[in-house]
Amino acid sequence: MLAYILRRVLYALPILIGVNLITFALFFVVNTPDDMARMHLGMKRVTPEAIERWKDEHGYNMPLLYNAESGGLDSLTETIFFEKSVKLFAFQFGQSDSGRDIGHDIRQRMWPSLLIALPTLLLGLVVYLSFALLLAFFRGSYIDIGGVVLCIILMSISALFYIIGGQYLVGKMLHLVPISGFDTGWQALKFTILPVLIGVVAAIGSNGRFYRAIFLEELGRDYVRTARAKGTSEPRLMFRHVLKNAMIPVLTNIVVILPLLFMGSLIMESFFGIPGLGSYTIDAIQNQDFAIVRSMVFLGSVLYILGLLLTDISYTLVDPRIRLS
Amino acid sequence: MTIPTKQLGGLLGLCWLLLAGCGDQPWNSPYPASDQDANIHYSSFEERPKHLDPARSYSSNEVVFLGQIYEPPLQYHYLKRPYELIPRSAEAVPEPVYLDAEGKALPADAPADAVAYSEYRIRIKPGIRYEPHPAFARDAAGDHVYHDLDARALEGRHSLQDFSRTGTRELVAADFVYQIKRLAHPGLHSPILGLMSEYIVGLADYAATLGRAWNELKQEAGDSDGLYLDLRDHPLAGAEVIDRYTYRIRIQGRYPQLVYWLAMPFFAPVPWEVDYFFSQPGMKARNLTLDWYPVGTGPYRLTVNNPNLEMVLERNPHFRGETYPTEGEPGDREAGLLDDAGRSIPFINKAVFKLEKEQIPYWNKFLQGYYDSSGISSDSYDQAIKVGEGGEVGLTEQMRDKGISLQTAVATSIFYMGFNMLDPVVGGDSESARKLRRAIAIAMDYEEFVAIFLNGRGVPAQGPIPPGIFGHRDGEAGINPHVYDWVDGRPQRKSIEEARRLLAEAGYPGGRDAETGSPLVLNFDTTGGGPDDKARMDWLRKQFDKLDIQLVIRATDYNRFQDKMRNGTAQIFQWGWNADYPDPENFLFLLYGENSKAEKNGENAANYRSAEFDRLFERMKNMDNGPRRQAIIDEMLAIARRDGPWLWGFYPKSFGLHHAWLKNNKPNLMARNTLKYKRIDTDLRKRLRREWNAPVVWPLALVAGVLVVAVVPAWIGYRRRMHMRGRRD
Repeated sequence: MLAYILRRVLYALPILIGVNLITFALFFVVNTPDDMARMHLGMKRVTPEAIERWKDEHGYNMPLLYNAESGGLDSLTETIFFEKSVKLFAFQFGQSDSGRDIGHDIRQRMWPSLLIALPTLLLGLVVYLSFALLLAFFRGSYIDIGGVVLCIILMSISALFYIIGGQYLVGKMLHLVPISGFDTGWQALKFTILPVLIGVVAAIGSNGRFYRAIFLEELGRDYVRTARAKGTSEPRLMFRHVLKNAMIPVLTNIVVILPLLFMGSLIMESFFGIPGLGSYTIDAIQNQDFAIVRSMVFLGSVLYILGLLLTDISYTLVDPRIRLS
Repeated sequence: MTIPTKQLGGLLGLCWLLLAGCGDQPWNSPYPASDQDANIHYSSFEERPKHLDPARSYSSNEVVFLGQIYEPPLQYHYLKRPYELIPRSAEAVPEPVYLDAEGKALPADAPADAVAYSEYRIRIKPGIRYEPHPAFARDAAGDHVYHDLDARALEGRHSLQDFSRTGTRELVAADFVYQIKRLAHPGLHSPILGLMSEYIVGLADYAATLGRAWNELKQEAGDSDGLYLDLRDHPLAGAEVIDRYTYRIRIQGRYPQLVYWLAMPFFAPVPWEVDYFFSQPGMKARNLTLDWYPVGTGPYRLTVNNPNLEMVLERNPHFRGETYPTEGEPGDREAGLLDDAGRSIPFINKAVFKLEKEQIPYWNKFLQGYYDSSGISSDSYDQAIKVGEGGEVGLTEQMRDKGISLQTAVATSIFYMGFNMLDPVVGGDSESARKLRRAIAIAMDYEEFVAIFLNGRGVPAQGPIPPGIFGHRDGEAGINPHVYDWVDGRPQRKSIEEARRLLAEAGYPGGRDAETGSPLVLNFDTTGGGPDDKARMDWLRKQFDKLDIQLVIRATDYNRFQDKMRNGTAQIFQWGWNADYPDPENFLFLLYGENSKAEKNGENAANYRSAEFDRLFERMKNMDNGPRRQAIIDEMLAIARRDGPWLWGFYPKSFGLHHAWLKNNKPNLMARNTLKYKRIDTDLRKRLRREWNAPVVWPLALVAGVLVVAVVPAWIGYRRRMHMRGRRD
């Protein structure tokens, strides 16, 4: 397994370089270093000298990808791309263009994102699996048909509607929890209830249907018939056999999104005023802070690759027949 | 099914914790229960302030904080209108002494070309002390405790709270001079360095000297982290200390607008100790900078700077003390604005600014009483404002029932549509180009624009100077006679027939080039262009359609739009300006030829240049307000209206809503240090919050009931299925 992991890590390197290059190209197609300087220096009374000084100070006065004035290897290393990218591979995110320590900001802001995302994931998992098992158990009945119709209705509603509707109903009309906001320590709990609830409800439709389909597929397999023939009770069959054997697609669905939990939810964080990594990235894009954008994209890529690796490893845990080689 | 005791205990514990957090306050309160009786002002901010260093900050969302923390020499009177400067940390508003080239004093009415220098002597109030700060902390030997820190000493310190010891010291004149020097610091990129270099004697050379010194320091150290450029070692001829409490600013020629700058944070004092403290190695890497942690002598100090969540201002324990104004303008006494006259300020102990990126949650929290004031977005306009038959605005019944009050004021800003005067079709000073611009100006119905898109929150402009600024004239004397007629005591836009006549005279009868017969196609350069802007763009096309002119919307991203403006390749565009200070010079300079954006990188976005206008501007800008200045401004406005480089657009109107418990509200669009005048009736706020936010729990029971009802058939189905299987087996 170690060789497999090592090989996957080595495969990841060109992927990360590619992602970095694409991010770099996309960012600088839209923003030039002069634009960035103007954005950071403000809109009023900015002189060309101030722009040049800002670029000089922040290392944006070099060519983007190729330095024709330098020779040999320097023509590639004395560029903005090299200077700004190489330290990422050592997870040194450096300072944002506005002078903040990005690593410190990420460490601070991942917790609010996790505080919302983890309970949403765990509670959601319990709800979606239970709901899907219920529908699978009553397959073909009115309960199943009603459940599927409900899923389709829930899937058809925009995520924004859940957020605004949830805030309006629970926070504004019923006065049960704060409409938005966040706090530190235990005080944060009351701010997590509504976003978690909305996060879970908003995904019941899609996840309910997805897991139901998986369970129905499992229910048609030979081992289920054999178990029934041997007198296994229906609840035991569902929870001990069907659920266990359906774990591979379930795990694929979960582990892949695990890294994304760190990255936060863009809309949810914005509407609830949650100071997570989602809003951090959005703010950076709006403020043309390339240092943060590239760091977040890099981090997202690393976590995604890690997630895929974890998925592969988790397969071996739930299915002893699978070997990584 | 049974729930294990351990899990049940955990669940109950969590519920208890949540309820304990709520205390006896409403469940939906976003604030700690312990704060419900506290004298705290609640407000919000939409985006992180970029700069809190007074040498760099130039945005209105930053000065909301800096205005309460830093004390520049002057401030605006809170109540009086027109806006009047009064002393803040200075003892008096300084009067300039005019000097000739030999340094001899000249009389106050000396002609501008005889004045080589103006000297402002500013004496500050003694006994003012800085807020507690680790930069001032000293040990028993009198040495600064935190002025010799290395990387090890900084380990684990990420905020100012991580420094256990603080100190203070008296404000001295040298701190003001130090800050003026900071405007030229090469590492700070002060936005007003360019402007001030034109006026403060020696500042341009000083910036060059500092640049060289800074580069030498950097070359020696190899990095700018941990470098301190001691500005005290570099004298500046234009800013000198006279004695402990007096300093002098020397200006080239006359520049009466300097006093307005003296009311801005750019000229607030910065102590060298603080600058030195934050310059130590490792500080910047830990986000410890003056740009993040302002240090002042004002009524408040920033105790929490977490712009991802909240920013908190708390009363500065060392504040010198100030009293509420004892006079205002007529009507202020009746409005209760002088009820606190002569009382010691500030009234509020703490101000909490919460991050609110979206309007909807912000508005709902305001209605629940969790914010003390609010603006009105277009989403909430109908809920808040009722427009009467005569066009007068008032609050809806819902707002009045809550005791909310409305305050409106015409902002000292302008949004205009400009013609690029370098453009061969719409620009230039030929008579035909003038007529084309004038025809478009008549066709563009800004009254309709304000009614449709701003819900009436704007006033169609007659010229570049907004109401409330010297030079603006109301009534018939103030209208733009090329676009409006004065009919029945109000301005009336000229008819579209008149516009068509002008268009024909310009060489485009029926919207076609008289020579070639080809249709007249004009380009409107703008940012955005997404679905949100569609209605506005359609309206704009409709205005040009009135003249059979085809308007092409050239939408692009903000950066490219800025490029077009800088290169002078845009044709028609929309732009705006927010006053730095209440002086006509700050608006008329937007049309001064030497400020051309394309040629001089200035703020004259239309690239308008008129020798006559420029000559008058140069005379007007250095004059004191009075009939002579007004006469010149009238002349300038007549030229600008005749040439029409702008469609004058509109002056936006600000609408503010305040809850009944927030006292002493008066819109002051120039002063940013107004928090100290506000007062809160905390008992009333607490009572109303409880009244408005009683939890409604019956729907929870209903949901539980519905779930039970839904579970019953499932349970019956389950039992039946179990039973059936048993029978089959």
